[in-house]
This record gives sequence, C-alpha cells and structure tokens, in this order.
Amino acid sequence: MSKFGGSNNKKEVPAMSSGSLSDIVFMLLFFFMVTTQMRETENKVIVKVPEASEVVKLERKDLASYINIGSPTRQYQAQYGTEPRIQLNDSFKTVDDIRDFIAAERESKSEADRQFMTVNIRADQDVRMGIITDVKQELRRCSALKIMYTARKAE
Amino acid sequence: MGKKTPAINSSSTADIAFLLLCYFLMTTTMGSQTGLSRRLPPMPEKDQKLEDQKVNRRNIVIVRINSNDRIFAGSEPIDITLLKDKIKEFLTNPSDDPNLPEKEAKEIEGYGTVQVSKGVVSLQNDRGTSYQSYIAVQNELVKAVNELRDEFSRRNFGKKFSLLDEDKQDIVKKAVPQNISEAEPKDIGKKK
Repeated sequence: MSKFGGSNNKKEVPAMSSGSLSDIVFMLLFFFMVTTQMRETENKVIVKVPEASEVVKLERKDLASYINIGSPTRQYQAQYGTEPRIQLNDSFKTVDDIRDFIAAERESKSEADRQFMTVNIRADQDVRMGIITDVKQELRRCSALKIMYTARKAE
Repeated sequence: MGKKTPAINSSSTADIAFLLLCYFLMTTTMGSQTGLSRRLPPMPEKDQKLEDQKVNRRNIVIVRINSNDRIFAGSEPIDITLLKDKIKEFLTNPSDDPNLPEKEAKEIEGYGTVQVSKGVVSLQNDRGTSYQSYIAVQNELVKAVNELRDEFSRRNFGKKFSLLDEDKQDIVKKAVPQNISEAEPKDIGKKK
C-alpha cells in the first residue's frame, strides 16, 4: 500500500500549533525596534538624494541636524509653488532662518559634543546649486563647518 | 483545596504583537544615513586680504562646473570619467613635472618621512549647476583621493586602507591629505 495513493484510510492532520507564532512575531518586533529609529520630522519637500559611490556612514546620528532642500510635496504646492524650498524641522524656512536653527540645534547638544555637530544637507538631485551655495555661505557665517551631503550608495 | 485557575487564552498575543510591529514599521525609518563628509572653510575675516591665501599656481587645479554641467579642469573641458585619473596624476606628480604640484618631505609620527604633495583641488560651481552633477564631481574627487590612499597603504602596509587600524589610517591620511577646497561662490551664468 502506497503512502500517497491511500484511498480509504482517513488519517486526520493534526492542527498546527500556533503557540510559537507570537514568539516569532515578537522577535520580528524587537528586530525592528532595535534597527530603526523614530522619524522625527515629516517631510514637506520631495527629496531624492543623488547617488555616489564613495559615501561614508554618519558617525553620530544624535549629533546630526538636517536641512532639507527640494520642491514642496504636492499638498503644499498650492501654497508654496514648486520652486525648491528649505525645510528646517517641520516648516518651510528661508536662508535667513538657518542662523537661528543652528543656534537652537547647538543649544540642544551637550557642551562636549558641540564641536562634532554635523549638518546634513539633504537636497534633491535636481535642485540648482544656487540655493545650496546660499545655505553653505550661511553655515560658514554661523561657523557650522562640519557638513555632509547626503547621498545614497550607488552599486 | 484550591480551585484550578483556568489557563489564559494566549492566541491573541500574536495579534497584539502584530499590531505593535505594524506601528513600529510605520513610524520609524530604517535609515542608516550615508553621504559625503566635508569641512567648509571658515568665513574670512573682513579685514583679511584675500592675497594671504594665495597658493603657488602650480599647486592648485581649479575644477569648474558651469551652468550647463560641463566640467573644466584647469582651462580645458574634461569628461567626468577622465576626471579621476587627471586628479590622481595631479596629486601624485609621478614624473616631477614642473607644472604639477611640488612635494614636501614631511615627518609623520610613527612612520618616517614621506613626500607629501602640496596640491590643492579647488572646486568651483555656478549657481545654475545641478546638484546631481556637483555631487558626481565631488564623488570623483573623493574617489581619486581614496584610491591614492589605498595604493599608499598597499605599498607600505600590504593592506587596503579600510582594513588598517586607526593609527595606521591616521598615518595614511597625513601622507595623502584630502585637500579639496570649495571656493567662494561666483556668479557667472544667469540661469535659474
């Protein structure tokens, strides 16, 4: 009698135990909790960062502050148009606001770490250098000299 | 005789864990942030003369990107694929060409004297240059320096630069400095 061609022996398949399911899911949960970080701000500009092959990792994530540059997302286009704008924290700002932003960011870091503060420039790959040059000049004026051009790794 | 406590039905813990999992998936980002690290030059003092920072002409190469994303190294146009080799040649000066940067014997702690190039790459861009090509050029410049560092560490330590320990990396960094300066902005082409 073959094992597969069984015609009339009705053996019942035992129910799959789902007791370990929750353990598996919890493991997944912990994995994501450890590897990800909370999203701090909502993106109001569209940023598609350019590719580069020689990228390095950001050393201290807690010491980074972000300047986003790009066209406003669709829901804000009616209000702000499609010209590239600067986003600091949660709102659209101009170049003149960078000074206050940097001062506030500096204030929030501990004294010993202030010199290692990095300003990440997350700019869309299609923006023109004009706006970025303005930002850079303003950063130089506030002597926030450690910067990083965010780019993704190209294969 | 105590009553037996009924077992808690645990079939819903999986659902609860799934809910939590979904919450974290939505609110967090996987981001490992990567990018090109740079140090901006400090703002010059108002009374400081620009002439102070003049470097010998042979020690500087000006890489310019115009508003149409054309790249110029020195004065002639160059393709981006050739830029890296040009910069490497500029920084090493293998044949001691008098038009290429001079070298300076430098004492490095823990290693000895090395001929260190005094070459500086100056990157100029226009207001109309696209960010993408700017980053591409920056990337090529970094790549040139990284390859020189790799060559140096292979010659002297027999390993790739990234596999060296920290002290040796510092030595290589001093022997092959990354002298990329971002010049004062210039307004040439008017293009928004």
